[in-house]
Amino acid sequence: MIKIEVDMNQCQHYGQCVFEAPDNFKLNDDDKLEYVAEAPDSERDNIEAAVDVCPMQAIRIVE
Amino acid sequence: MAEANPAAPVVIVGAAMGGLRAAESLRRSGYTGAIRVVGEELHAPYNRPPLSKEVLATDVTHEAVAFPSRAEMGDVEWMLGVRATAVDLDAHTLTTDDGNVQEWRALVIATGLRARRLDFAPIAGRHVVRSLDDAMALRAELIPSARVVVVGSGFLGCELSATARKLGCSVTIVTPSAEPMIRPLGDLVAKEMRRRLTEEGVQIFSGVTVAAINGETSVESVELSDGRVIEADVVIESVGSHCNIEWLEGTNLDVSDGVLADNAMRAVTTDGIALDDVYVVGDIARFPNPMFDDVPRRVEHWNIPTDTGKRAGAVLAAHLADDGSFADVVAKPFAPVPSFWSNQFEIKLQAYGLLGLVSDDDIRVLEGDLTDQAAVGYYRDGRLVGVLGIGMKAALLPYRKQIAEGGA
Repeated sequence: MIKIEVDMNQCQHYGQCVFEAPDNFKLNDDDKLEYVAEAPDSERDNIEAAVDVCPMQAIRIVE
Repeated sequence: MAEANPAAPVVIVGAAMGGLRAAESLRRSGYTGAIRVVGEELHAPYNRPPLSKEVLATDVTHEAVAFPSRAEMGDVEWMLGVRATAVDLDAHTLTTDDGNVQEWRALVIATGLRARRLDFAPIAGRHVVRSLDDAMALRAELIPSARVVVVGSGFLGCELSATARKLGCSVTIVTPSAEPMIRPLGDLVAKEMRRRLTEEGVQIFSGVTVAAINGETSVESVELSDGRVIEADVVIESVGSHCNIEWLEGTNLDVSDGVLADNAMRAVTTDGIALDDVYVVGDIARFPNPMFDDVPRRVEHWNIPTDTGKRAGAVLAAHLADDGSFADVVAKPFAPVPSFWSNQFEIKLQAYGLLGLVSDDDIRVLEGDLTDQAAVGYYRDGRLVGVLGIGMKAALLPYRKQIAEGGA
């Protein structure tokens, strides 16, 4: 299991993570980020890609 | 060309985002040999966009913008504060400004851009913002009531204007363009952006250039090409950039605009030969993106160093693995969706695709209202090649998909 943390003070809801890991990240109808804080290990590549593309670098994987 | 020494490291020249992503990608793609990253700046790789926005408005520190270091990067060697001065592609060597000559097994070119400067005497109060050190120096002078002249009206100039204004400075933009950000955004949106920036108290002098920067030891005023003189304490020059290609002089690489690469990010020579052991990533790379056409372009959007770095790392790892996978990895199409964003006051712009490809007649509002929130479409030959959101985000996602599928 991978644990994900998003610093919601940093997050500007750009939604770049949504493309990389749609199972864990989405923008709701108010353009705000919603995310699922846990992902199976098989999602690691996608979650890491989401971390990389965050313009605010607000996402991290808790190891 | 002589054979490279297989015991030598992969040398990545440029220790910013593109170099970092290339190194990470080499490791993730299974390359376990030595990697050395050579960088001119003393700072480990950091995220540049906040330097003109959030971070400049608060405390400019390396900690606030540093990229996290991944576990697999533990044995990557960082040679920072050292500038590449020459490379020999036949001998597989790199020369740096400390006099050192090092061997490489493969080379990644990630030296990016540097800010262009206006050609005036170097007096105090003149600034550019490209690096963390630049932002630190500027931050110290953006005190309330400081009179700031921003030269240039691209995204960077407009963001810096907004940030300076929010810090209590008086701000004047001086630009040769008719409207701010007109080249990427087009006339329709640029006019609306002028309205909004002006409403926030930014003065915009367009259609003019800087004739002189006056002041004995520090900036006192800026003289414009139409004779007007603006009193100023700080001048911020956001007038474009130069590619850091000087160290590649004497090679047979095509450096006519950045460094030419193929779709696998392999460097291409003036004879049109793609080199399996020399790669180009980031702002400096001029490469074709099949999402649009086969024209190689440099794309100065934030996602490009990451996407090209990952691509170069994967292709190079396959080349070094020598396990028969190389041809397949190279043949896999690489079509990153260019994306950028820009915050100016409460205006949040976000875009996908290449807006600059289209003419003014092919730009239309898709949703919403330009004076409030809107999604704007950029069409080329009837096909959507770019979308801009003003305050809109989730609404852009279907358009992004449409742009991305255009190349399929």
